[in-house]
Amino acid sequence: MSGAPFVVATAIKAIGAFTVLLLAVMLATYAERRIAGFIQDRSGPNRVGPIGLLQVIADGLKNILKEETLPAQAIKPFFFLAPILAILPATVLIAVVPFGAPVPTPWGLTELIVADASIGFLYVLAIGSIGVYAVALGGWASGSKYSLLGGLRGSAQMISYEVALALSLVPLILLTGDVRVPEIVSMQQSFEGGAAYGTWFVLPLFVGLFFFFVAGLAETNRLPFDMPEAESELITGYHTEYSAMKFSMFMIGEFAHVITVGALVTVFFLGGWDIPFWTGDDIRVLDNGVVVGEPSILISLLTLAAFTVKTGLVVGVFMWIRWTLPRFRYDQLMDLGWKFLLEAVTVYILVIALAILALEGLGLPRGGWYAAALFTINLVVAGILIGLADRKAWIRGGNVSARLTRAAEGGE
Amino acid sequence: MPGKVKVVNRPESEASYVRAATKGMSITLKHMLDPRKKTQQYPDEKWELAPRHRGTHRMEVHEDGRAKCVACGLCPTVCPVNCIKLVPAEDENGERFAAVYEIDEFRCIFCGMCQEVCPVEAIHLGVHYENAEYSRERWVYDLERLCEQDHDVTALWDPADKASQ
Repeated sequence: MSGAPFVVATAIKAIGAFTVLLLAVMLATYAERRIAGFIQDRSGPNRVGPIGLLQVIADGLKNILKEETLPAQAIKPFFFLAPILAILPATVLIAVVPFGAPVPTPWGLTELIVADASIGFLYVLAIGSIGVYAVALGGWASGSKYSLLGGLRGSAQMISYEVALALSLVPLILLTGDVRVPEIVSMQQSFEGGAAYGTWFVLPLFVGLFFFFVAGLAETNRLPFDMPEAESELITGYHTEYSAMKFSMFMIGEFAHVITVGALVTVFFLGGWDIPFWTGDDIRVLDNGVVVGEPSILISLLTLAAFTVKTGLVVGVFMWIRWTLPRFRYDQLMDLGWKFLLEAVTVYILVIALAILALEGLGLPRGGWYAAALFTINLVVAGILIGLADRKAWIRGGNVSARLTRAAEGGE
Repeated sequence: MPGKVKVVNRPESEASYVRAATKGMSITLKHMLDPRKKTQQYPDEKWELAPRHRGTHRMEVHEDGRAKCVACGLCPTVCPVNCIKLVPAEDENGERFAAVYEIDEFRCIFCGMCQEVCPVEAIHLGVHYENAEYSRERWVYDLERLCEQDHDVTALWDPADKASQ
């Protein structure tokens, strides 16, 4: 597909993806409150509309009608810019995520992805970093001490964990040899010819998934990494001074970010739109235009549903974690990021690289056994991490008390 | 070492982050999937009040609709917070009745002594609590309003059954 139909199709997909993302954000705010309620043995919002679904609309209306406040100390242009910067990167990130199998249309086969950019997920890492500006600018431009502290904490945290986030995807590149997201998805499906692995990368790379998940949590400023907000310490930090729709935009940005990270986890580790144990959905457009598999609208819808369910589950886990784990102390957060996660990811990359080298050397074809071998290596790595790192209190981050004990005994 | 820091030496097994986090996650999952919720869906689903719950007053009436009150004056006398206002009057047959009978539910402490002291079982406390109003004046219930109340009356404590509810 090229020319005018391509432009029209891309425009439709862009608008569609944006709309669906914002609808998903609405649902996510509702789901968050419901899940919070369920975890705390409450029932959550259930009065407005059927099972409380219209609560989101009521909240939105309320936020539009509320007074916009502008603090006297605020630096106006940046104060207005920050919410825009919060919402923008989070919503454009979804552009490189494929939602489903290609759809046959009268104008040719259309891939369900807004932009199949050749830089692939590097785009995600690049654009995702812009989210830092929202936090930093919002905190600084508010002209409030608490906001500034929140902004500083937030920018330091997001920059720290970005390193681990990017590095945790290196094993993925080692396996796929490509950063294009549709390519990564098709690698997790079963194709003849030995190019694909036939298993979701959650098996051969589940420690990598853990690292990506932790760094993703920190990137989206969700609990247990919500240092920039920290209600009990900073009165919600960088958006303390924001009200009405500007505050809403920060929230929409946060939830859009959460959904995007959920979609990325799905695409990278959970097979994207792949339906498990079914080869009928293994559809792929090769670079020379040859179509492998039999695309149909029904299959596209099914894969779309599979993608939605998986992303929803990942986002659900995000919320489950949020309402379980307490917030890290700031030094613990930094220690976890720089002294544990970074080293662990680097070592993990080495381990996976060596394993792949060995497996290629043995001449093992890509497929079930290949993945099983890597899975075993992952088990060993996980065992070492939990057995050794947890015991030696590296995962705990700071562990100031142990350090102080040693210092008091004349050690360090 | 700056300042004085309290050093807590926990055993390794207690200080493990991974173990504690896993345990916490399993507990929250259990609660998340548990369909029994503690919330009472209030306006749809109301409290079951005890028969001796002391709430809004009501005045018992005769079959012809007259209040049973004989304006003896015992309830305003016994009331510890002076929330009952009573002006007695006498009709052509020489029977006493309350010309004005008002209870300020805002002042009332719902001790129930008016009900206990009433010789003709006219004034009662009721098993009822929803009496929000838009103005303070509306909280002063006059005789007509007291007679209109139709909720259950509070049961008195039965000396024979000392643990009775």
